[in-house]
Amino acid sequence: MAEFFDNYGALLAQGTIDTLVMTIASCIFAYVIGLPLGIWFAVTAPGGLKPNTAVNTVLGWIINIGRSIPFIILLVAIIPFTRLVVGTSLGVPGAVVPLTVAAAPFVARIVEQSLAEVDKDLIEAAHSFGSSNAQIVVKVLLKESLPSLVRGAAITFVNLFGYSAMAGTVGAGGLGDIAIRYGYQRFQGDVMLAAVILCVVLVQVFQSLGDWLARSIDKR
Amino acid sequence: MIELKDVGKVYNASDGDHRALDHINLTIADGDMFGIIGESGAGKSTLVRHLNLLERPTEGRVIIDGVDITDFQGKELRELRASIGMIFQNFSLFQQRTVLQNVMFPLEIRREPKAQNAERAHELLRLVNLDDKAKRYPSELSGGQKQRVASARALANNPRYMLCDEATSALDSRTTMQVLDLLADINANLGVTMVLITHSLAVARRVCNRIAVIDSGHIVEEGTTDEVFTNPQSEVTRELLGWGSDSASDRADGGDSEGGER
Ligand SMILES: Nc1ncnc2c1ncn2[C@@H]1O[C@H](COP(=O)(O)OP(=O)(O)O)[C@@H](O)[C@H]1O
Ligand SMILES: [Mg+2]
Repeated sequence: MAEFFDNYGALLAQGTIDTLVMTIASCIFAYVIGLPLGIWFAVTAPGGLKPNTAVNTVLGWIINIGRSIPFIILLVAIIPFTRLVVGTSLGVPGAVVPLTVAAAPFVARIVEQSLAEVDKDLIEAAHSFGSSNAQIVVKVLLKESLPSLVRGAAITFVNLFGYSAMAGTVGAGGLGDIAIRYGYQRFQGDVMLAAVILCVVLVQVFQSLGDWLARSIDKR
Repeated sequence: MIELKDVGKVYNASDGDHRALDHINLTIADGDMFGIIGESGAGKSTLVRHLNLLERPTEGRVIIDGVDITDFQGKELRELRASIGMIFQNFSLFQQRTVLQNVMFPLEIRREPKAQNAERAHELLRLVNLDDKAKRYPSELSGGQKQRVASARALANNPRYMLCDEATSALDSRTTMQVLDLLADINANLGVTMVLITHSLAVARRVCNRIAVIDSGHIVEEGTTDEVFTNPQSEVTRELLGWGSDSASDRADGGDSEGGER
C-alpha cells in the first residue's frame, strides 16, 4: 500500500488537480456564457417576460444543436477555434475550451428550466408593484429560483467532471485520462481502480455539497 | 377616483376570440370600499387587472384621478402601478424572502434608501400586527398571516387605491373575517380606496359600501350595498342572493375556500 502511494501518489494527486481545474474552470466559463443565454431564452419564451418568437426559436436551435453534438466529436471539431482562443489545443487550457463550449448550451437549458418554474403569479405581483423587466429577472426570477439554479449547477459540474475524462485525448491529463492509460493501455488495474475511486468520491462530495447548499438556501 | 369608460376586452384565445368584458362603465369614488361580485369566469379578475393596466383594454378608456392612463407606457406605467396596491387570492408572497423583505419589495423596486425601507416595513408590519414574524419566511405562516403580510406589502408605497382579487377566497371563514376587518380598517383609517373582487356575497356585504355585479363580462347591477341586497334589479343578482333559485343558497354563505394555499 505504502509502496503504491510512493509510486503513484504524485501521479494521482496531479490527476486530481488537473481534473478539478478543468472542471471548475469550464463550469465557470460555461455559466458566464450559458446563464445570460438561458435568461434570454426564458424571457423570450411564449408567455415569458418579453415574448419574442423569432429570437426564442433561434436560441432554441443553437442550444439544441450545441447539446446534440457528441463531446468527443466537438473536442476535435473545434480544435482551430480552441487554438484561436487559448493559443493551443493541448493540455488543460486546450480542454477547457471544448468543455465550456459543450456545457454552455446545457447550462442555458437548465437555467431556462429553473426560471420557467417560477410561479407566474409572483411575476404578476412584481408587475403590479411597478417592477421593470430587468428588476423582475434579478429580484424575482433569479432570486426565487436560486435553489433550483444551484441544483442545476451541481449537475453541470458532475457532467463536466465526467466529460473531462475524455480530455486526455488532447493531453490534458486528469483522473479519467489516468484510468484509461493505466487500465486499458498498461493493464495496471490497481492504478485504474484508484483513479476511479477518486472520481467516485469527488463526484459524491460535490453532488452532496450542491444538494446541501440548495436545501439550506431553499425557504419554501 | 377611478373611471372606466366603455371598457371592452377581447382575448385572442387558442380557440378563437373571447370577449371577457363588454362596455364596462364604472365609477369608483375616493374612500369607497367597492365590491365587484360575480360567478367564476364572469370577468372579475380581468376587470380589476385593467385598473393598474396589468391588462390593456381593447376598447374604452381607464381614467384615474382625471388622468387617462389607458396608453401609459414604460416609466409612467410603472409609477402608476407602484401607486396602486394589490393583493391576490394565493397571496403571491415571494417564497425566498422573509416577511420583512417581502414588505420591502415595492420600496426596493422604487430604489428608496435601504435603511428607511426596513423602518417603513416594520411600521407596516406593526399595522397588520405581524412585526414579531418579520424574520420568518412565508412558508412558516398561516393563510391569514400571509394575506396580512401581502396587505402590508401592498401598502408600502402609500397607495391611494388598493385592489383585492379574491383576497379571502383561500381562507377559512374565521380568517376571512379577520382579513376583511383589516381591509376595512385600512379603508377607514388610512383612507385607501378599495376595490374588492369576490364571488361571495357575504364578503361583499360585510365590508363594501357599493357593489357592482358582473356577469359574462357585463355589469348587470350597480348600487349601494343596501340597494343591491334589499332591492336587486337583475336576475343574476337575485340568483346570487338565492331569491327564486335553489342552487344559489350555498353560494351566499361566504368564507368558503376555493383554490389552494401556498
Ligand atoms: N389570458 C386570457 N386569454 C384568454 N381568455 C382569458 C384570459 N384570461 C381570462 N380569460 C377568460 O375571460 C373570462 C373571465 O375570466 P376572469 O376575469 O379570470 O374571471 P373571474 O375572475 O370572474 O373568475 C373567462 O372566460 C376566461 O376564460
Ligand atoms: Mg378571478
